Amino acid sequence: MTPFYLALALLLLLSLTAGLWRILRGPTPADRMLAAQLFGTTAVAVLLLLAEATDQAAARDVALVFALLAAVTMVAFVRRGWTARPGEPPDDG
Amino acid sequence: MADLIAAFLLLGGVAFFLAGTLGLLRFPDVYSRLHALTKADNLGLGLLVAGLAIRSESWFAVGKLVLIWLLVLVASSFACHLVARAAWRRGIPPWT
Repeated sequence: MTPFYLALALLLLLSLTAGLWRILRGPTPADRMLAAQLFGTTAVAVLLLLAEATDQAAARDVALVFALLAAVTMVAFVRRGWTARPGEPPDDG
Repeated sequence: MADLIAAFLLLGGVAFFLAGTLGLLRFPDVYSRLHALTKADNLGLGLLVAGLAIRSESWFAVGKLVLIWLLVLVASSFACHLVARAAWRRGIPPWT
Protein backbone atom coordinates (compact mmCIF):
# COMPACT_ATOMS: atom_id res chain seq x y z
CA MET A 1 0.00 0.00 0.00
CA THR A 2 3.01 2.34 0.36
CA PRO A 3 2.94 3.75 -3.21
CA PHE A 4 -0.79 4.28 -2.81
CA TYR A 5 -0.26 6.29 0.39
CA LEU A 6 2.44 8.36 -1.27
CA ALA A 7 0.24 9.05 -4.31
CA LEU A 8 -2.58 10.23 -2.05
CA ALA A 9 -0.17 12.44 -0.09
CA LEU A 10 1.06 13.95 -3.37
CA LEU A 11 -2.54 14.62 -4.44
CA LEU A 12 -3.20 16.41 -1.14
CA LEU A 13 -0.04 18.47 -1.59
CA LEU A 14 -1.23 19.52 -5.04
CA SER A 15 -4.56 20.58 -3.59
CA LEU A 16 -2.64 22.62 -0.99
CA THR A 17 -0.76 24.33 -3.81
CA ALA A 18 -4.06 25.18 -5.47
CA GLY A 19 -5.18 26.72 -2.17
CA LEU A 20 -2.34 29.25 -2.47
CA TRP A 21 -4.39 31.00 -5.15
CA ARG A 22 -6.82 32.16 -2.47
CA ILE A 23 -3.96 33.87 -0.60
CA LEU A 24 -3.10 35.84 -3.73
CA ARG A 25 -6.69 36.85 -4.46
CA GLY A 26 -7.94 37.62 -0.95
CA PRO A 27 -9.95 39.86 -0.90
CA THR A 28 -10.25 40.10 2.89
CA PRO A 29 -7.58 39.02 5.41
CA ALA A 30 -10.02 36.35 6.58
CA ASP A 31 -9.99 34.74 3.14
CA ARG A 32 -6.21 34.59 3.28
CA MET A 33 -6.29 33.05 6.73
CA LEU A 34 -8.73 30.42 5.48
CA ALA A 35 -5.91 29.17 3.31
CA ALA A 36 -3.89 28.78 6.53
CA GLN A 37 -6.74 26.74 7.96
CA LEU A 38 -6.67 24.58 4.82
CA PHE A 39 -2.92 24.13 5.28
CA GLY A 40 -3.45 22.99 8.86
CA THR A 41 -6.02 20.33 8.05
CA THR A 42 -4.35 19.10 4.87
CA ALA A 43 -0.91 19.01 6.47
CA VAL A 44 -2.33 16.79 9.21
CA ALA A 45 -3.71 14.44 6.56
CA VAL A 46 -0.42 14.39 4.61
CA LEU A 47 1.59 13.69 7.76
CA LEU A 48 -0.72 10.84 8.79
CA LEU A 49 -0.34 9.29 5.34
CA LEU A 50 3.44 9.71 5.44
CA ALA A 51 3.59 8.23 8.94
CA GLU A 52 1.90 5.11 7.57
CA ALA A 53 3.91 5.02 4.33
CA THR A 54 7.34 5.41 5.90
CA ASP A 55 6.53 3.61 9.16
CA GLN A 56 7.59 6.61 11.20
CA ALA A 57 5.28 6.85 14.18
CA ALA A 58 6.82 10.20 15.13
CA ALA A 59 5.13 11.85 12.14
CA ARG A 60 1.80 11.34 13.94
CA ASP A 61 3.07 13.50 16.79
CA VAL A 62 4.03 16.15 14.26
CA ALA A 63 0.46 15.96 12.90
CA LEU A 64 -0.84 16.51 16.42
CA VAL A 65 1.34 19.61 16.76
CA PHE A 66 0.10 20.91 13.39
CA ALA A 67 -3.52 20.47 14.52
CA LEU A 68 -2.83 22.44 17.69
CA LEU A 69 -0.90 25.18 15.87
CA ALA A 70 -3.68 25.67 13.31
CA ALA A 71 -6.16 26.24 16.14
CA VAL A 72 -3.89 28.71 17.93
CA THR A 73 -3.17 30.53 14.65
CA MET A 74 -6.83 31.11 13.85
CA VAL A 75 -7.68 32.29 17.36
CA ALA A 76 -4.68 34.63 17.39
CA PHE A 77 -5.68 36.01 13.98
CA VAL A 78 -9.26 36.77 15.05
CA ARG A 79 -8.40 38.14 18.49
CA ARG A 80 -5.19 40.04 17.69
CA GLY A 81 -4.50 40.26 13.98
CA TRP A 82 -7.87 41.21 12.55
CA THR A 83 -8.57 43.99 15.04
CA ALA A 84 -11.01 46.84 14.60
CA ARG A 85 -10.25 49.60 12.10
CA PRO A 86 -8.18 52.52 13.42
CA GLY A 87 -10.29 54.79 15.61
CA GLU A 88 -12.73 52.08 16.63
CA PRO A 89 -12.69 50.44 20.03
CA PRO A 90 -11.30 46.89 19.93
CA ASP A 91 -13.82 44.12 19.59
CA ASP A 92 -14.25 42.42 22.93
CA GLY A 93 -17.05 39.89 22.36
CA MET B 1 -10.95 -7.24 2.15
CA ALA B 2 -9.67 -4.87 4.83
CA ASP B 3 -7.29 -3.41 2.26
CA LEU B 4 -10.15 -2.79 -0.14
CA ILE B 5 -12.25 -1.01 2.49
CA ALA B 6 -9.23 1.01 3.59
CA ALA B 7 -8.45 2.05 0.01
CA PHE B 8 -12.08 3.05 -0.50
CA LEU B 9 -12.11 5.16 2.68
CA LEU B 10 -8.79 6.80 1.84
CA LEU B 11 -9.90 7.68 -1.68
CA GLY B 12 -13.15 9.07 -0.31
CA GLY B 13 -11.25 11.16 2.22
CA VAL B 14 -8.95 12.64 -0.42
CA ALA B 15 -11.98 13.35 -2.63
CA PHE B 16 -13.52 15.39 0.20
CA PHE B 17 -10.24 17.29 0.64
CA LEU B 18 -10.24 18.14 -3.05
CA ALA B 19 -13.88 19.26 -2.79
CA GLY B 20 -12.96 21.50 0.15
CA THR B 21 -10.14 23.12 -1.80
CA LEU B 22 -12.43 23.60 -4.79
CA GLY B 23 -14.95 25.30 -2.50
CA LEU B 24 -12.25 27.57 -1.08
CA LEU B 25 -11.27 28.61 -4.60
CA ARG B 26 -14.71 28.92 -6.18
CA PHE B 27 -17.18 30.05 -3.52
CA PRO B 28 -18.16 33.73 -3.60
CA ASP B 29 -17.65 35.04 -0.05
CA VAL B 30 -15.88 34.36 3.21
CA TYR B 31 -18.86 32.68 4.87
CA SER B 32 -19.43 30.10 2.15
CA ARG B 33 -15.68 29.48 1.94
CA LEU B 34 -15.65 28.80 5.67
CA HIS B 35 -18.50 26.37 5.14
CA ALA B 36 -16.64 24.49 2.41
CA LEU B 37 -13.37 24.37 4.27
CA THR B 38 -14.34 23.51 7.82
CA LYS B 39 -16.92 20.88 6.92
CA ALA B 40 -15.61 19.09 3.85
CA ASP B 41 -12.02 18.94 5.07
CA ASN B 42 -12.96 17.55 8.46
CA LEU B 43 -15.10 14.83 6.93
CA GLY B 44 -12.22 14.07 4.57
CA LEU B 45 -9.83 13.80 7.49
CA GLY B 46 -12.30 11.56 9.32
CA LEU B 47 -12.54 9.16 6.37
CA LEU B 48 -8.76 9.20 5.99
CA VAL B 49 -8.30 8.42 9.69
CA ALA B 50 -10.83 5.59 9.42
CA GLY B 51 -8.99 4.17 6.41
CA LEU B 52 -5.62 4.33 8.17
CA ALA B 53 -7.07 2.91 11.39
CA ILE B 54 -8.38 -0.20 9.62
CA ARG B 55 -4.89 -1.01 8.41
CA SER B 56 -3.13 -0.11 11.65
CA GLU B 57 -1.69 -2.89 13.76
CA SER B 58 -1.60 -1.25 17.18
CA TRP B 59 -4.50 0.13 19.20
CA PHE B 60 -2.22 2.87 20.45
CA ALA B 61 -1.82 4.26 16.93
CA VAL B 62 -5.58 4.04 16.35
CA GLY B 63 -6.23 5.98 19.54
CA LYS B 64 -3.79 8.67 18.50
CA LEU B 65 -5.35 8.95 15.04
CA VAL B 66 -8.83 9.37 16.51
CA LEU B 67 -7.51 11.89 19.04
CA ILE B 68 -5.94 13.96 16.26
CA TRP B 69 -9.19 13.90 14.32
CA LEU B 70 -11.24 14.99 17.33
CA LEU B 71 -8.78 17.81 18.04
CA VAL B 72 -9.00 19.04 14.43
CA LEU B 73 -12.81 18.83 14.56
CA VAL B 74 -13.09 20.91 17.73
CA ALA B 75 -10.42 23.39 16.63
CA SER B 76 -11.84 24.06 13.19
CA SER B 77 -15.42 24.46 14.37
CA PHE B 78 -14.19 27.03 16.91
CA ALA B 79 -12.13 28.75 14.20
CA CYS B 80 -15.13 28.76 11.84
CA HIS B 81 -17.38 30.47 14.38
CA LEU B 82 -14.72 32.98 15.42
CA VAL B 83 -13.90 34.02 11.85
CA ALA B 84 -17.56 34.19 10.80
CA ARG B 85 -18.43 36.33 13.81
CA ALA B 86 -15.47 38.64 13.27
CA ALA B 87 -16.38 39.03 9.58
CA TRP B 88 -20.02 39.74 10.47
CA ARG B 89 -19.03 42.39 13.03
CA ARG B 90 -16.84 44.10 10.49
CA GLY B 91 -19.87 44.39 8.25
CA ILE B 92 -18.86 42.01 5.46
CA PRO B 93 -22.20 41.24 3.77
CA PRO B 94 -23.08 37.60 3.11
CA TRP B 95 -23.40 36.73 -0.56
CA THR B 96 -27.03 36.20 -1.59
